[in-house]
Amino acid sequence: MLYAILCYNNEDVVCAWSKEQDDEVMARLQVVTGKLRDQGRLGPVARLMPTTAATTLRKTKDEPLVIDGPFAETKEQFLGFYVIECATLDDAVDVAKELAEANPGGGSYELRPVSAFFSAREVA
Amino acid sequence: MTDPAWISTALSSARPQAVAALLRYFRDLDTAEEAFQEACLRALRTWPKNGPPRDPAAWLIFVGRNSGIDAARRRAKQAPMPPEEVVSDLDDTEGEIAERLDGAHYRDDILRLLFICCHPDLPATQQVALALRIVSGLSVKQIARAFLVGESAMEQRITRAKARIANANVPFEAPGPVERSERLAAVLAMVYLVFNEGYSAGAAEIANRAPLCEEAIRLARLLLRLFQTEPEVMGLTALLLLQHARAAARFDANGELVLMEDQDRSLWNKALIDEGLALIEKAMRHRRSGPYQIQAAIAALHARAARPEDTDWAEIDLLYSVLESMTPSPVVTLNRAVAYAKLRGPEAALKLIEPLEPKLAGYFHFFGVKGGLLMQMGRADEAREAFGRAIALANTAAEAAHIRMHLDRLAAESRPRNDMSA
Repeated sequence: MLYAILCYNNEDVVCAWSKEQDDEVMARLQVVTGKLRDQGRLGPVARLMPTTAATTLRKTKDEPLVIDGPFAETKEQFLGFYVIECATLDDAVDVAKELAEANPGGGSYELRPVSAFFSAREVA
Repeated sequence: MTDPAWISTALSSARPQAVAALLRYFRDLDTAEEAFQEACLRALRTWPKNGPPRDPAAWLIFVGRNSGIDAARRRAKQAPMPPEEVVSDLDDTEGEIAERLDGAHYRDDILRLLFICCHPDLPATQQVALALRIVSGLSVKQIARAFLVGESAMEQRITRAKARIANANVPFEAPGPVERSERLAAVLAMVYLVFNEGYSAGAAEIANRAPLCEEAIRLARLLLRLFQTEPEVMGLTALLLLQHARAAARFDANGELVLMEDQDRSLWNKALIDEGLALIEKAMRHRRSGPYQIQAAIAALHARAARPEDTDWAEIDLLYSVLESMTPSPVVTLNRAVAYAKLRGPEAALKLIEPLEPKLAGYFHFFGVKGGLLMQMGRADEAREAFGRAIALANTAAEAAHIRMHLDRLAAESRPRNDMSA
């Protein structure tokens, strides 16, 4: 089964990392993703810009509303995701643990089973 | 995260929020700073053992507030004055503090802290120094180095600024909408100033001064998180990101300034450019234009051009004309001259800037641009004269060296042909 591992962290803290610290984290995460790639389990991976760069389109009765945000009322923001092939939930938890260990910041990981995945080739 | 380097990053990212909240409790800059310092010392002792708290800022505010109250009590035992007027909100519980961290309080706290630092009673140099010390948490030594002054002189500058603030009586009530927008405008101007202090440095000073650009970007991001729907805050952040993206290409191996036209564009930082472009596009959808957005839009057009010849000079010229009508200033008109010359030729650009000479007679860039236009027109003697005046007015060694390069080229061109063949 495919799992989306959604990464949440405080973007103020992540933005405060020095370039060296950022590079160090990315290198450590690449060790984890490299292993998954070699096992053929790694799907798309994305790191998102801060929520301040985001825009939200909200459906209304009339024209959809385009607004700034999401407004981060919460302390943690959605900052990126991995799509990983995992045989069981335990496997997904193990991957998330490895990612968490490679990342010295706080935050949390949401393990979300994927119900349908379309690559560009499959989209008619 | 138990590593000291990571703890110190967590402390500095929580700093503006924590110091701002402590300032609201204690209503005194020095007390708030001391309380924050004390909380940081405790964090450095306990976080490596117990792991970092889930919300570092809330932890620091809570611990800092308690230690500040303790300190006030100790002082009260020695002095006859009661501490009540020093310490407000004595009966808060932790839950209330956590609640207060959210929403408008948090926003007005930080805005107040920043506004205090750029209070109109302070000269610009003090504003910048105070913001870097109080909000960014740079040491006096770091700030002194960035401003190329001695440590004790900088210490004095900051102490003087704090004394003026204490007398200025900034109100602690939540500001009304008009006052909030005035505060925001003053704070944006200060952040821009911090950036320019770093950006205008020459190669020799860049190592010491570049951190100013990064601090300014950090402050802009902080404001953007607080005012997510303000197009001018988006514009300023975009502008700083787009300018800073070119940092690696702005100086050559000898430390000479490289004009944008001659820069190696592969050295431009793509991640910063992408974020800057995303922000300016977002800002412009608001249809509430402002000077930072216009400048960011100009920077965006440069960033989008893969080669110098792909630059959309017509659009840049148009944006400058909008900026001129929004904030009329001879410097804006001077900046327009480059785009003007690309579109209409150097003669037209020279006509545009010549009337500015009385106002910009002491301005390095004026004579640099004037000399450049005269050189393009083949008026070598006049170009030499303008460049000579530019060198006399240069602010940094790099600026002077850059003009000297033009003079060398003029000298080479006027030499007899057989000398040139070498």
